[in-house]
Amino acid sequence: MAEIIRRSRPVSVNPLKSSAPLGAAMAFLGVERTMPLFHGSQGCTAFGMVLLVRHFKEAIPLQTTALTEITAILGGMDNLEQAIQNLAKRAQPKLIGIATTGLAETRGEDFMGDLALIRRRNPDLANTALVLASTPDMVGGLSEGWAKAVTALIEQVVEPGPRLRRKGRVAVLPGSHITAGDIDELTQLIEAFGLTPVVVPDLSRSLDGHVPGEWIQGSLGGTTLEELRTLGSAQVAIALGSAMQAPAAALERLTGVPYQLFDRVTGLSAVDRLVSFLSDMAGVPAPPRVRRQRSQLLDAMLDGHFHFGGRQVALAGEGDLVWAVGRLLADLGAGLGPVVVPTTLGQEYLAQLPCAEVLVSDLGELEDRAAGCDLIIGPSHARQASERTGIPLFRLGFPIFDRLGAAHVVTAGYRGTRDLIFRLANAFQEQDGEAFDTLHTHAPREESDHGSAPASVG
Amino acid sequence: MLTDTLASVFEEPACPTNRAKSAAEKKKGCSVKALTPGAAAGGCAFDGAKIALQPIVDAIHLVHAPIACEGNGWDNRHAFSSGPQLYRLGVTTDLTDLDVIHGGEQKLYKAIRQVIERHSPAAVFVYQTCVPALAGDDVEAVCKAAALKFGTPVIPVNAPGMVGTKNLGNRLGGETLLKHVIGTMEPEVSTDADINIIGDYNLAGELWQVKPLLEAIGLRVQACITGDARYRDVAGAHRARVNMMVCSQAMINVARTMEERWGIPWFEGSFYGIADTTNAIVTMARLCVERGADPALLTRAEAVTAEGAARAWRRLGPYLPRLTGKKALVYTGGHKSWSMVSAVQELGMEVVKTSVRKATVEDKERVIDLVGSDAMVDDIPAKEMFRMLSTGEADILMSGGRSQFVALKAKAPWIDVNQERHFAYAGYDGIVEFAHRVDLSIANPVWQAVRSPAPWDADWSDEGEA
Repeated sequence: MAEIIRRSRPVSVNPLKSSAPLGAAMAFLGVERTMPLFHGSQGCTAFGMVLLVRHFKEAIPLQTTALTEITAILGGMDNLEQAIQNLAKRAQPKLIGIATTGLAETRGEDFMGDLALIRRRNPDLANTALVLASTPDMVGGLSEGWAKAVTALIEQVVEPGPRLRRKGRVAVLPGSHITAGDIDELTQLIEAFGLTPVVVPDLSRSLDGHVPGEWIQGSLGGTTLEELRTLGSAQVAIALGSAMQAPAAALERLTGVPYQLFDRVTGLSAVDRLVSFLSDMAGVPAPPRVRRQRSQLLDAMLDGHFHFGGRQVALAGEGDLVWAVGRLLADLGAGLGPVVVPTTLGQEYLAQLPCAEVLVSDLGELEDRAAGCDLIIGPSHARQASERTGIPLFRLGFPIFDRLGAAHVVTAGYRGTRDLIFRLANAFQEQDGEAFDTLHTHAPREESDHGSAPASVG
Repeated sequence: MLTDTLASVFEEPACPTNRAKSAAEKKKGCSVKALTPGAAAGGCAFDGAKIALQPIVDAIHLVHAPIACEGNGWDNRHAFSSGPQLYRLGVTTDLTDLDVIHGGEQKLYKAIRQVIERHSPAAVFVYQTCVPALAGDDVEAVCKAAALKFGTPVIPVNAPGMVGTKNLGNRLGGETLLKHVIGTMEPEVSTDADINIIGDYNLAGELWQVKPLLEAIGLRVQACITGDARYRDVAGAHRARVNMMVCSQAMINVARTMEERWGIPWFEGSFYGIADTTNAIVTMARLCVERGADPALLTRAEAVTAEGAARAWRRLGPYLPRLTGKKALVYTGGHKSWSMVSAVQELGMEVVKTSVRKATVEDKERVIDLVGSDAMVDDIPAKEMFRMLSTGEADILMSGGRSQFVALKAKAPWIDVNQERHFAYAGYDGIVEFAHRVDLSIANPVWQAVRSPAPWDADWSDEGEA
């Protein structure tokens, strides 16, 4: 059992946290023909956009209300209105997804009231859905911002009230750590039971890296507005990751669609739970293809366990991802720590990790405590820690800006878990060189001193 | 006060954009009012200030802000260091809602103490940002107190994002150096062939393509402001004999003020392309000689540049027939509108369009001299670039990272000529590297493969592919 350590520290060195509006923008980009808009200074948008471009290797539509020192003090409603008018005229999006920023929120305005007024004053916006998520930079990080945007989409677009339930329709609410590749994998798994998934937001149809053949402003695809409006017709909703409990609860409150939370969809027991659920819901046994995938995973665990036992792994990322990957590592015999997350998100699960503590901190602290670890698992931003400590970095999470294919890294489902085990085992083997033979276990190793010897910095 | 600093930047007499403005326009400031909500792109003043100062590699750059300002943006540029790596750390006070309510000054003070104790930097640059500026944190006072207490220079950079654009931020970064850094230390060595290079950030190591030439001539770089700079060298930059300004708009205030305060003559030049490189180096030597340096300096400069140019032309030989007549779409801005164009033309390529965003009146005149007024456009909409590249009106897009997908989605070559680029294109070696990279890109067999329709789909069309 781990203690969640949240020390008050004056300075963050090499931040692990990305901002909440950034997470909101990512979520909005999973809805078709959407233009995300930050209510803040143009820099808020520029920094966020550049990071998203570096991660997805895609053009990222993201606009700004361009607050200045004057409008930041006197109020930004006129800027918000102008931005919406200009976007509607220039890009004709079906939906404008507004995320507030620290700048707009420091003054604090009745943004929803402003939005209602803007709608009244601009009847020509009747066909443009306007959705606003309150995401001050000072609260939470990427996952929280993502979840707030999904909640906003549900509360402001989904038609409320009980609807006729369509048999077999499943609303899927993935967290920010679920990649486009993961969504493809999970969609196939759900469809294998004859069920129909509706994914909100659906990055597998927008930020999956494809060539549309024309220049499109706004998101390249995603959940359709019709799918979103009629989400209340789902028989059930599944929330993927603890961050998604709030959006799922909002959907239930609005439409009566019951939800089931899956805190992770990586690892044997986690996927077993999902498959049991789908099987019960569909009233059919797991089809042969799924059974075969499970069997392949078992084999991967058997072949892989040699390489995990006795390893020590430093792990950093968004809470829900760290929970899924940390649990998998521990289940295969690897030791965990240091474990670092950017916010307290998912702490009720993280506390169940078999390590002494989970730090709500930054990559500087990970680096200080990583001595003796065999591997660092984290985003590209952990590369400095890896360079200085000499511990190899296994890139996972957000952002991945110095490797290709981040959108298609699959860790979900039996197959995703199988492949993750292979990739991790290969990373361990690469360090061992030729000396290691899979038929033998590790030679005795020097006692390593975890967490006390700070690595050199600077 | 920030307003005074802003006013002085808005009225910068050496800035040609300013000179063309009426008094009323000047008072309005640099383009911040022109930002259109919903149709603005580009970085903020904080972004610009940090770009201008972060290449001081032995300093800590501490961002006083909520997570967005540093958490989303750190470790994103390729300003190289030949030694210290301190500048690469992403350091921020990561302000929370409680910090905003209670004020962040104490936290900032503690943060400064912690980074000084831990890393012993040559200096700490503290960046003020929008939220603490609105909340009223007095960053300048905190910096002053911390500098006194800890005996390390602690420099306030007062450029919150909301005051304007990236370009304005570059200048505010320059103002910071003028106010707090340049002239505060005496250099250990000083010769009459000392020069400063202003506005080069050593992206991808471009400074290192030029420095050996200068050393061979006997020109000594006192400070590059700020590429691969050490704090001490910038602090002693006032002893240089000549200033070269590389990026015309970014730090014009630094060059002009240094002339005013210390009588250092300056000129504007570029290290892109053979002719411009030669011109810049010879001018440097000439100005030093005019100020009393050994006349042999100029002779050596002419010899070294002649040799460098000859060698570059020799090495370009194999590329010229392959590149001649190829049509380039250049989407940059500022001084690169002309410096890049002139380099591209040296390769025999045709510039079909070049954008002149953020360019000064003088920049634009140079562009017209090079390509004529038809090929010069203020801005090119993405849709239009996409069309030109898909229809073969242009063979390659030369731009920054954010517009690369316009080319790639049009299945056309793209080459990065902006700040995030991974290759260095400066000086005589740089132009050869540039030719090599352009050739590799255009000649890659991938273009034919991705443009061919799927063989199993006779009615294949782009529309059906998504």
